[in-house]
Amino acid sequence: MIILQTLSARLPDILFYLFAGLSLIGAVQVLCRRNPMNAAVSMVVTVLSIAVLYILLSAYFIAAAQMIVYAGAIVVLFIFVIMLLNLSAKEIGRRRYTLFKAFAAFVAAAVGVSLLPGVRGAPRAISEQPIDPSFGSAKTVGRLLFGEFLLPFELTSILILAAMVAGVVLAKRDITPNRTFSPVDAILDLLLKSDRKDKSP
Amino acid sequence: MITLQEYLTVAALLFSLGLLIVLFRNNAISILMGIELMLNAANINFVAFSQSLGGLAGQVFALFVIVAAAAEAAVAIAIIVLMYQNLGTTDVEKAKNLNG
Amino acid sequence: MEGGVGIESHLFMDLILDLLPILVKMLVGFFVVLTTTAYLTLAERKFSAYMQDRIGPNRVGPFGLLQPLADGVKFIFKEDVVPNHVHKVFYIAAPALMLVPALLGYVVIPFGDSIELFGRTITLQIADVDIGILYILAIGGLSVYGLFMAGWASNNKYSLLGGLRASAQMVSYELTLGLSVVGALLVYGTANLRQIVLHQTEYWTLFGSIQVPHWGIFLQPLGFVLFLISAFAESNRLPFDLPEAENELVGGYHTEYGSMKFAMFFMGEYTGMITISALTVTFFFGGWHIPWIEHAGLTHNVVAALGVLAFLAKTACFLFLFIWVRWTLPRFRYDQLMSLSWKGVFPAALLNVFGTALCLYVLRRPM
Repeated sequence: MIILQTLSARLPDILFYLFAGLSLIGAVQVLCRRNPMNAAVSMVVTVLSIAVLYILLSAYFIAAAQMIVYAGAIVVLFIFVIMLLNLSAKEIGRRRYTLFKAFAAFVAAAVGVSLLPGVRGAPRAISEQPIDPSFGSAKTVGRLLFGEFLLPFELTSILILAAMVAGVVLAKRDITPNRTFSPVDAILDLLLKSDRKDKSP
Repeated sequence: MITLQEYLTVAALLFSLGLLIVLFRNNAISILMGIELMLNAANINFVAFSQSLGGLAGQVFALFVIVAAAAEAAVAIAIIVLMYQNLGTTDVEKAKNLNG
Repeated sequence: MEGGVGIESHLFMDLILDLLPILVKMLVGFFVVLTTTAYLTLAERKFSAYMQDRIGPNRVGPFGLLQPLADGVKFIFKEDVVPNHVHKVFYIAAPALMLVPALLGYVVIPFGDSIELFGRTITLQIADVDIGILYILAIGGLSVYGLFMAGWASNNKYSLLGGLRASAQMVSYELTLGLSVVGALLVYGTANLRQIVLHQTEYWTLFGSIQVPHWGIFLQPLGFVLFLISAFAESNRLPFDLPEAENELVGGYHTEYGSMKFAMFFMGEYTGMITISALTVTFFFGGWHIPWIEHAGLTHNVVAALGVLAFLAKTACFLFLFIWVRWTLPRFRYDQLMSLSWKGVFPAALLNVFGTALCLYVLRRPM
């Protein structure tokens, strides 16, 4: 009984340590694994653990977005390319020079250490229960997104459009250096040609 | 008892790991993964502060970061595919044609 | 001291009574879904047999009803071969990664209204999540990992092709699946699946007396068609079963799999079908709601129990549709699949969202 009670009281803490640990282990695996496929799968572990951390912070909508966009699209894209190019461990090739690696480790450690005072100085409290139950739900986040942050939201849609155009233009196969290239023609080509076999990644 | 500090520590560690990956790795895809990890670390901070301060603006910003990451990944992946087609490798050290 | 113990045990009873319905719902849900999965394989074989003027399995038990049991025994007792050339960890993890998301999906789907038992109101849903549909989309997005992992770990060109096809197809159709329900979400104004069903229990009154239920199919006919197309593609069923196309890729991503591992892929596919059928019913066919039952004068619990049956019957109809389509239509070519997604379903879904938003703006505008 008492075990049950303490367990249910400590459950968020246990979940936090479990998934924070998992996310860090995943990140270390991304660093250490030479096979790109293993690295990508470790990346999935990290991304999903971070989604659980968002749920613990009662940011349910962000957690769902994290899972749909990161785990469902971005990492799948990585894996798609790894499979398409059939990258293997040998593809990674030799590692960088030891001196450079030492320098890299030093820089990363320095950045990590320099972030720590900010951590210690941060306001300590994190509310156990959210102030109101709709905190972080799709509705409240959506209201803010389409109200106060409407302009940035529209700007992100332009960003995505730009990325889409860039993706299409880059992925087109028949770009030769000596042909004058116009992005407008490329898009028109794509729209008019109905029997394209490949799709842009 | 989990406080904001724990979340910020995790985020700081993730960020340094992401940076380390970017600096350590030659493979363009691994470098991209490192960048995504750094963005994720920033997102943890946004969401943790949003919960701690009781405002939702942090979560909205996390959403923007996710969108930006998706756009970035799409373009970067296209560039990596092109690089592989032209150079036969995704090693960023090999892409130094402009290096005289 | 005495009182303290009394309060303690009282709290304990409360805790048990709170936990018990949840545990029962979880166990019953799990059992029902797995049993349906098993019998769906039999149904598939039986219906395909009738469609092709055959009899189908009829050796094990009356009308072959014990066939799934026999299949299960066969799968379990077959030798579990791990080929030499595979990536061991991924090869073994892949079937589990296919099955687990499929089994996680159905928990947010409401299979009935609430019932009153021992003075407690028990909602007939395993988890009432506020972001229900987003949860299902997120979980559905994870099932692609099982597919590509199987394809890659098998280290075989057919499997790799299957895995490649699977990841491209799933990403494309996940997008259209999500976009095709946006119109419905705009109408219902919530992502909570229980609220969505409750919204559909209302009626329009036509010609003074005829009551028409508020079902999503009437509100979002185009959205329903697009959702169904994407659902077929998401669950890798014919006419969209390119990842495993037998006559091109041997077996696609599961070419190298045998015994229980193959069975897990199989179960994952069928469980995914059940989830997506239940979701279709929830979104477009009023969930557990039986039209006009309010006039029958039955008690709340009876209506709820009938509602569960109605929900199961509606879901069964869609499962039959899945089987029917599989044995009727030929397979798409790969470029046709992709152009259907990006040039057909995707623009149509965008148009649907735009049209719905416009209609809602005009109808709900303060006069």
